[in-house]
Amino acid sequence: MLAIEGLSKHFGGVQAVHQLDLQVRQNEILGLIGPNGSGKSTIVNLVTGVFPPTEGRVRLRDRDITGWQPHRVLAAGMGRTFQSIRIFGGLTVWQNLWVAQKAKSWLAVDRASMKKIEATLEFCRLRDKKDELARNLAFGEQRRLELARVLAAEPDLLLLDEPAAGMNAAEIEDLRDRILALKQRGKTVVLIEHHMELVMGIAERVAVLNFGVKIAEGPPAAVQDDERVREAYLGHRRGQA
Amino acid sequence: MEFYLSLLTLFGFRILLGLSAYVVILTGQISLAQAGFYALGAYTAGAASSMWGWPIFPAILLGGLVGGLFGFLVGFPALRVRGLFLVIATLAFTEIVRMVFLNLKYTIQIGDRTIGPAAAEGFRGITYYFQNGWSSLQIVGFTWIFVLAVLLAFWLMDRSRAGAVLRAVGEDELAASSVGINLTAAKVAAMTAGGFVAGLAGALYAHYATYVSQEDFGVLLATFAIAYALIGGTGSVLGPIAGVLFFSLLIDGLRFLGDWRNLLFGVLIVAMMNLRPHGIIDVGLVRRVASLLRPGGGRAYAGD
Repeated sequence: MLAIEGLSKHFGGVQAVHQLDLQVRQNEILGLIGPNGSGKSTIVNLVTGVFPPTEGRVRLRDRDITGWQPHRVLAAGMGRTFQSIRIFGGLTVWQNLWVAQKAKSWLAVDRASMKKIEATLEFCRLRDKKDELARNLAFGEQRRLELARVLAAEPDLLLLDEPAAGMNAAEIEDLRDRILALKQRGKTVVLIEHHMELVMGIAERVAVLNFGVKIAEGPPAAVQDDERVREAYLGHRRGQA
Repeated sequence: MEFYLSLLTLFGFRILLGLSAYVVILTGQISLAQAGFYALGAYTAGAASSMWGWPIFPAILLGGLVGGLFGFLVGFPALRVRGLFLVIATLAFTEIVRMVFLNLKYTIQIGDRTIGPAAAEGFRGITYYFQNGWSSLQIVGFTWIFVLAVLLAFWLMDRSRAGAVLRAVGEDELAASSVGINLTAAKVAAMTAGGFVAGLAGALYAHYATYVSQEDFGVLLATFAIAYALIGGTGSVLGPIAGVLFFSLLIDGLRFLGDWRNLLFGVLIVAMMNLRPHGIIDVGLVRRVASLLRPGGGRAYAGD
């Protein structure tokens, strides 16, 4: 589905991402983990066209989308959420989905696309909030809106950038159900997370980053036992490396 | 009576100017180019009616179209800068327009009168209204046809998806583009619409004033355009109207204070920005009024 080939990004002398190869398969949940500053969010920004890579290619299905602007990447079928909530606070919940909606009806709203927005709101349990200004929502609701908004654009592949950040246990449980439901609907999900339990619980494969380099990839259980992954998270043992 | 008609006509130009800034501000851009568009509209429409013998309606429309064309052209380089840098870049545009008209000499002889832009002396003889014996009432009516048309168009736009898209761009560009909004299209469209409306305003002003000069189209006019929209609020098209009323009442209503007026003027603006930081008619107020008007409803934005 998504193929990242030899992707690098250098900010001045800093290598945020270095020679990354990563494949995302159709309809899987791929976990992307790594310590703070390991380049996870940079990857999201690179593949969705927020800034161009220093080198490497990004292919979505059979199309080379390297360097495409974000709105074209979305139209090609890949959407993302933001680690820090970036909803449109001055718009209503409904409008937040309306502007993102795939069927671009400019003047009025046709019934079919309206039903779709309603269904997406229902899915993210925001239906009774639809006429509220987004900035007046509670934190958890804003997180759900962030997801609902990108779902309104109907991407096939979703990059969720730390969707569980700041959530309590119940909300994380809720998020897990929703991600699994998305998979059932045929979506492909890349889950960028700090919250190990969540990732290890639902991801079929996990890729681990450290200092912009992929250090491990595989099923959750195998990755958890990997010596390099432990080092990345717990630090080097004295005398090693 | 004449005084009030004249005032109402002036309000028309100001409201159009405020609306031209309003649509650009929705996308988060602060532009001082509106005065430049206004000047271009004034000179072209003036030339069309008084020198080329065009009827009044196409002449005014031409002023709007020229403003819109330049809005479109300014829109592209404006994409590359934002915030204060955009303010400076658009101010430069307004100054360039002013300098061009300061040096443009293009006059024709009609009978014993010399008509047309005469460089530093300004553009005299835009006398369509007076040659055709229009009364003040007719001038007010004609001006307000355009004001109401633009108000209606913007009001419809605000309720449509297009309006929500412009606001989304103004809220957060990165988020907007990541949910599929083409930033280039949205910002250039807003600048083009703003240029068109400012051009219309300038065209109407030129025919009302009969004489225009580049001095009238400087940074002060551009600042007022923004002030109408910002002080009035960008929650609804009524915002710029509120802004025009606020400033006009201050400017004309406080005349009796003499030199103290300017001092109070500043104080009132500062007070206003503290009391209502998002303008008199902000998004919150619009929501509250909307929910009052339709209890239990609230599909105001859904277009249902």
